[in-house]
Amino acid sequence: MILEQLINGITLGSIYAIVALGYTLVFGVLDILNMAHGEIFMFGAFMGVLVTNTLKMPLIVAFLVAIGVTAILGFLLETLALRPLRGKKGVSHLAPLISTIGVSIFLENLAHHFFGAGNHPFRTSFSEMSFQIGSITIYAVQLVIFVIAVLLMVGLSFWLSKTKAGKALRACAESLEAASILGVNTKKMITTTVIIASVMGGIAGVLVGMAFNSVSPQMGLSMGLKGLAIIILGGMGNVKGAMAGGLILGLAETLVVVFGESGYRDAIAFALIIIILLVRPQGLFGKASEARR
Amino acid sequence: MRKFSKGLISLVAVTSLLGVTACGGGGTSSEAGSTAGGEKPAAESAASGEAVSVNVGVVSILTGSGAGYGEAITNGLKLANKEITEQGKVKMNLLIEDSAGKQEQALSSAQKLMNSDNVSVIIGPTLSTEMNVVGPEADMNGVPIIGTSTTAQGIPQIGDYVFRNSIPESMAIPASIDAAVKAYDVKKVAIIYGNDDVFTKSGFDTMKAVAEEKGLEITTIEEFQKGQADYNAQLTKIKGTNPDLILASALYNEGAVIMSQARKMGITAPFVGGNGFNSPEVIKIAGDAAEGLIVATPWFGDKPDEKVQAFVEKYTAEYGKAPDQFAAQAYDALYVLADAIERAGSDDRDAIRDALAETKGFNGILGEMSFDEEGDIVMDPTVLTIKDGKFQLFQ
Repeated sequence: MILEQLINGITLGSIYAIVALGYTLVFGVLDILNMAHGEIFMFGAFMGVLVTNTLKMPLIVAFLVAIGVTAILGFLLETLALRPLRGKKGVSHLAPLISTIGVSIFLENLAHHFFGAGNHPFRTSFSEMSFQIGSITIYAVQLVIFVIAVLLMVGLSFWLSKTKAGKALRACAESLEAASILGVNTKKMITTTVIIASVMGGIAGVLVGMAFNSVSPQMGLSMGLKGLAIIILGGMGNVKGAMAGGLILGLAETLVVVFGESGYRDAIAFALIIIILLVRPQGLFGKASEARR
Repeated sequence: MRKFSKGLISLVAVTSLLGVTACGGGGTSSEAGSTAGGEKPAAESAASGEAVSVNVGVVSILTGSGAGYGEAITNGLKLANKEITEQGKVKMNLLIEDSAGKQEQALSSAQKLMNSDNVSVIIGPTLSTEMNVVGPEADMNGVPIIGTSTTAQGIPQIGDYVFRNSIPESMAIPASIDAAVKAYDVKKVAIIYGNDDVFTKSGFDTMKAVAEEKGLEITTIEEFQKGQADYNAQLTKIKGTNPDLILASALYNEGAVIMSQARKMGITAPFVGGNGFNSPEVIKIAGDAAEGLIVATPWFGDKPDEKVQAFVEKYTAEYGKAPDQFAAQAYDALYVLADAIERAGSDDRDAIRDALAETKGFNGILGEMSFDEEGDIVMDPTVLTIKDGKFQLFQ
């Protein structure tokens, strides 16, 4: 039983981690907390519902459509809500944050209008597949979620540290002006980053739909807040930190239910985050000396 | 000082406005059941074999956001009155007043009916909060009053003249648990409920009390919050305790997801839900996983019963849509009242009250109804289960 619970926790944690990866990417490069990330995640989940349930198409199409739609949303987010505020004199550094909050409210209401309130079912034969190891049941979905989370993390780390584009991105994260002087097309880099982050949100959305069979216009908010907590826990802008933080929160939430009161699930999980931050204020993987603007 | 006088002026303005609306809404619509001028001496009419003619006041929500309920209720009443008038034993003259869902307007409407229109009995008002102010007034004036949709605790206890024929959730849940325990030989139950909602919390209290009363072993009590997506941790824990039955006090939105995740992880135990779980939406969201949900309801339109089907057919023909619980309860309430008036044989308020209180085993479309000594309804709610993708009678 405890093993099954650990698997539950890892599944939940992996989803948190993928959401947090999207956050941390945008934060690392742009220094912006993208509050619309949770809603882009929700749109990804709804694309999954639309494709598998309404159009009765296979799961792979759901992923492709979700990736496509969230990429477009990411592009629009950057060009319409973030770029106009960048580099202008007199724009408060909080303006992009407020702007993304506006986008998140807009997207939530849009989903309400298009898809209707309440939970929507997500049915695929894939989510029923399972296998037995001894007395425990493992679902293929749980495995897939974990594998995708690890792949995304490893891929992202590799991309950032080894490829030319990744280096350019890190240069942008260091200083936009310096990077652009050295010939990096910063506009393109930023747009790419926001799109990649949004696509990750979209993938996480489809995975959540598959795992929990519930998709609603409000699901983005709580997921977004948890993603935010995770990147603070793991260290702002740190890819490994997002992964570790996600798994810690997921496992903590599950274990609270196992050993204690399910009513205090979120409270205890977040109390844990506070305690960790008291000990390591820079987050688990954050650099202590790092000074931000 | 200036602020104060400004406030005073606006207060006066608002009050006078209220007065205007109250008067405007006060036009009494009279649903004719009687052609006679009304107030014949009752004894004489009874003796000569003619129908007793009685003025019945109705307070319901006809305007505002709750107008849908009022429409169903008044439709149910009108249909019942038409049929009763045709049968010719009792003639009821329905005087319908609007409460707009507001306490003060419900009270003034009821006062008008009791004092100016001199009604013998009142049906309504729609909401329990309205009944809490209208009930004591009617009781003081000695006018019998029947609530058809007031389910809060303590309504019939307001006074001797206050009745209701709508069952509270604290009666529906025991009925469904009872049926499930009998059918599945239940010894152990697990409970899961939403702890951030007054409605689901009170449903949980009832479930826990009933389970303890029946001597069932409660294996675990799990909580969740509104809008949660992942119930796997709680459900894995429940699965580990291997209960025979799961009591779930949840609204359908969360409940349906809980069922779907439970079935997926191989929990086959049936679920018992409260009123909030009783919705066709559950089938839409959970699909096959909704099979085995047991709920109790006072009204079931698909019941294979001649009377019920006749009512559904007539109502649908008359109003263009299927009757809901509110229409059905109002329809039955008027029949119960007609039965009491027939036995009382007069339009005397006290005689009607006594006859109402004696109602026993009345066979309506909701089932067999009686009033207990407090004036609360005694009936067996219909227990339903989801089978083959739709709600069916639980057997």
